[in-house]
Amino acid sequence: MASFKELIRQVKAQIREVPVAEAQAALARDAAILDVREADEWAQGHVPGALFVPRGFLEQRVEEKLPDKSRELLVYCAGGTRSAFAARTLLDLGYTNVASVAGGIGKWKEAGLPLVVPRTLSAEQTQRYSRHLLVPEIGEAGQAKLLQSKVLLIGAGGLGSPAGLYLAAAGVGTIGLVDSDVVDVSNLQRQVMHTNASVGKPKTTSGAATLRALNPDVTVVEHALRLEAGNVLDVIAPYDVIVDGCDNFATKYLVNDAAVLTGKTVVYGSIFRFEGQASVFAPGAGPCYRCLFPEPTPSELAPSCDEAGVLGVLPGSIGLIQATEALKLLLGRGRTLVGRLLTYDALETSFREFRVRRDPGCAVCGDRPTIRELSDLEWSCHFEPRPVGA
Amino acid sequence: MAVHVEIPSQLRPLAGGQARVTLEARTVASLIEALEASHPGLKERLLEPSGELRRFVRLFVNEEDIRFLQGRETPLAPGDTVAIVPAIAGG
Repeated sequence: MASFKELIRQVKAQIREVPVAEAQAALARDAAILDVREADEWAQGHVPGALFVPRGFLEQRVEEKLPDKSRELLVYCAGGTRSAFAARTLLDLGYTNVASVAGGIGKWKEAGLPLVVPRTLSAEQTQRYSRHLLVPEIGEAGQAKLLQSKVLLIGAGGLGSPAGLYLAAAGVGTIGLVDSDVVDVSNLQRQVMHTNASVGKPKTTSGAATLRALNPDVTVVEHALRLEAGNVLDVIAPYDVIVDGCDNFATKYLVNDAAVLTGKTVVYGSIFRFEGQASVFAPGAGPCYRCLFPEPTPSELAPSCDEAGVLGVLPGSIGLIQATEALKLLLGRGRTLVGRLLTYDALETSFREFRVRRDPGCAVCGDRPTIRELSDLEWSCHFEPRPVGA
Repeated sequence: MAVHVEIPSQLRPLAGGQARVTLEARTVASLIEALEASHPGLKERLLEPSGELRRFVRLFVNEEDIRFLQGRETPLAPGDTVAIVPAIAGG
């Protein structure tokens, strides 16, 4: 007589069942493992390395996830019943090396074997980041990564403002702001993280308020200080990626050297009038800032934005490119600007890309580095123009 | 060989305000001389008194840094673009 009991008995007779210990051994042999429970069960903990296809979607989705039908495959569920049915279906689909884990997750836990609890999004986060969740290259896993990431913004000004705003909007979980300056009304032409009401306040305070108001998920850490050899290593230590939006060569070289010495990736950006540059310096994978420019431009030839002026929209473009690179680094997606120098001329609307390489003779990341500790750049190199025709 | 040179904004005052000039030159070294001949003052912004390339200016032939080609002896072909990219630090 037909019944569930009869059906499961029949199915179990047709498939192979293995105890948890054998499942664990199979994993060490690089077997694939498939969890066929419901999404809420998966979210509470699953076998490390398992793929997830709820049993209701098994026929439709499993072949895309597991194209090799001869690969050793283990299936599990909560107690071993759903996985038995799933194993039967997998045999029907042509999988030749399938076994169901007897007792499922229940037995796995009893045996004290490890489980992974995925970081999941709250209902509010699922709404807030819904447009990210829909992008295959991001999805829930990518968004969870961003929420766990820490990005340090050196400078909360022209470049730091757009970068900060968009990284906060994207849900980067921790954003550090480094700036020793105070908001001036002349900043507001381009430093869009600050407002009229924050004139006179420290940029870190002002910026933090803006970012927190945009996204309460973000922890903003205020570093209201000037970076120096004595503090830079402590400041950068907790962060995954550094976004260099500073406005002077001394800090650029200091941050570069600290990043090379500690293996941290820096997303470089700089602007002058209506031109900008961007790149990514990843220690070990490509050049550093010193490989590109072993020395700074003498001060007379490199006036600051305050002295030379700057097209207000320019840092918006470059800062956004930096934020984009930071997100790609955190997500591990796309092709970054490592080994590539991007230059932008806003008046021409032209972008150029140049190949930049690690210099084996680089003072800090070369084969025989001479810079092994940090120092504050004494920027006194002076440019002497020669008389024309001499 | 007609070669294009891209002039960064800091140097445009020395190049008559132009962002792009076209010159005849067979190597980067002779290009710099040709630039100086028509726009005096540019050479010393690119080269040290010793003749070495200034370390805060990068020269690229098409996409390649001349330091990883033949330096100032890098040959130029018709239609090549030489870009002058100085270090900038605004933020």
